[in-house]
Amino acid sequence: MTQRDDNSIENKLTSIKYNCSKNTHLRVNQEMCRNCQKRPCCYICPAKVYSWDDTQSKLNVEYENCLECGACKVVCPFKSIDWEYPNASCGVILKNS
Amino acid sequence: MEQKEVLKFDAIVVGAGPSGVASAIVAARGGAKVLLIERSSFAGEKNMFGGAVFLSALKELLPNTWQSAPFERYILKHSWALLSDKTSCEVSYQSFDEPKSASVYRSKFDSWLVEEAKKEGVYFAPSTLVKSLISKNGHVVGVKTELEEIYANVVVLADGVNSILARDLGLRKEYEPKDMVLSVKETRKLPKSLIEQRFNLKENSKEGAAKNFLGGLAKENPPFGLGFLYTFEDTISIGLGVNLEDLNRFGYNPSDLLENLKKHPSVSAYLEGSELLEYSAHLIYEGGYKKLPKLCANGVLIVGDAAGFVNAVHFEGTNFAIISGMLAGETVLSAISAKDFSKKTLSIYKKKLNNSFILKDLKSYKNVMDNLYSRTNSLMNYYPKKAGEFFKIFTGASCKPKRGEFREFIKSFFSQRSLGEFFKDIWAFLSAIIGVLK
Repeated sequence: MTQRDDNSIENKLTSIKYNCSKNTHLRVNQEMCRNCQKRPCCYICPAKVYSWDDTQSKLNVEYENCLECGACKVVCPFKSIDWEYPNASCGVILKNS
Repeated sequence: MEQKEVLKFDAIVVGAGPSGVASAIVAARGGAKVLLIERSSFAGEKNMFGGAVFLSALKELLPNTWQSAPFERYILKHSWALLSDKTSCEVSYQSFDEPKSASVYRSKFDSWLVEEAKKEGVYFAPSTLVKSLISKNGHVVGVKTELEEIYANVVVLADGVNSILARDLGLRKEYEPKDMVLSVKETRKLPKSLIEQRFNLKENSKEGAAKNFLGGLAKENPPFGLGFLYTFEDTISIGLGVNLEDLNRFGYNPSDLLENLKKHPSVSAYLEGSELLEYSAHLIYEGGYKKLPKLCANGVLIVGDAAGFVNAVHFEGTNFAIISGMLAGETVLSAISAKDFSKKTLSIYKKKLNNSFILKDLKSYKNVMDNLYSRTNSLMNYYPKKAGEFFKIFTGASCKPKRGEFREFIKSFFSQRSLGEFFKDIWAFLSAIIGVLK
């Protein structure tokens, strides 16, 4: 598959510029996430920021890829996601949207 | 102790999108000292929308300079298509009159708006994140940024759909997934000449097209959603807005649904040879009139997306943003004249909204989305398929007697689903229409 035809989220994310913040703006309560059956954050996020690590029994949060849409905190059944804006000037940079 | 210099303005506007800029401009025009704060390094950096801004509101805000906005194409052609597995049934509309909307990139458009605001005397502070509001005796008196405290008589919340400030102040409740739409979009590069050919636009012109797609997202468990496509000078945007509860319930990722839409033959034909330039996502609040936030409190007003001003049926958002911002700006000026910034005086804003199309429309449309959402499978699956079947008979010349074919088609309405479903559809659609007109 050529890069141009690759329609994975990973490839779509390469089209976006970010100004990466050193600090996460997405904090989760791992205890709640462990008890969560559905983990909708893992499939709904348009940037695949969240993934469940079975071996460590932990939710991985790749906040660097966040598109700042806010969907994750709305669907989280335990309201476990503390969603803030990234620091000033940090995060996603959209130029053609 | 050394007295610290206190930064004080008549009004602070948080968020430099269309609603924030509009309120800042109107307040500054009336002589107020206004600070416009934006968390990004330039206005529009975080913003995305389908693609077109409505011109009527823009003309009201900037009657003399609106034409200098960075418009990509004027949207003169509109179409709405019902997509089934292998068919597309389309209605199109073309205007030969003055354009009503134009495609823009938010990075350029919002930045241009801010430049207009600066000309009107608005102080602009980019790269500034407001962490919280400062309240004193139940009255908002300023904002706390990452670096300092800044004071004002009124704070206008124009911080968008995720408005953390409105939530923290108790102006709105936490959102529920069923009231939200998650939109994902791709801006794709395509040569200008190809765009003009494919969309039947005049060569080397600023003519543009917008297309909407209903259906074609998933064969089973179709989510409630709508696809869109806009033309820009040398790009096209293809995107999708899907109900968040449906994504949640059915386990969909919005990007996968967008891929399904992109693969539909009637959509892929437009995209062929295009290259991804930028991917983006945004939430839209569709709670509407029934779930409006408190629109003002002591020392604070709320405008645009932060206030939930969206009419999803007509894709209206930027016009609600600009006009609500202007009404908030006027309210700031009235409060300055009255030297009173309490909720009582600021509630003029609510009266102004009630008298404008904003709350009138939100009120008359308050049940439309619920009505349509209750018939998701009919809208997203059943009728697109039926429309395809009808036109297949109508155009197919199958060399079979038409009477039999049409009778079979009509019979299928009764045999494929229970008749009750049909009446539920009629009831929902009529309720939606009557709700708007009554």
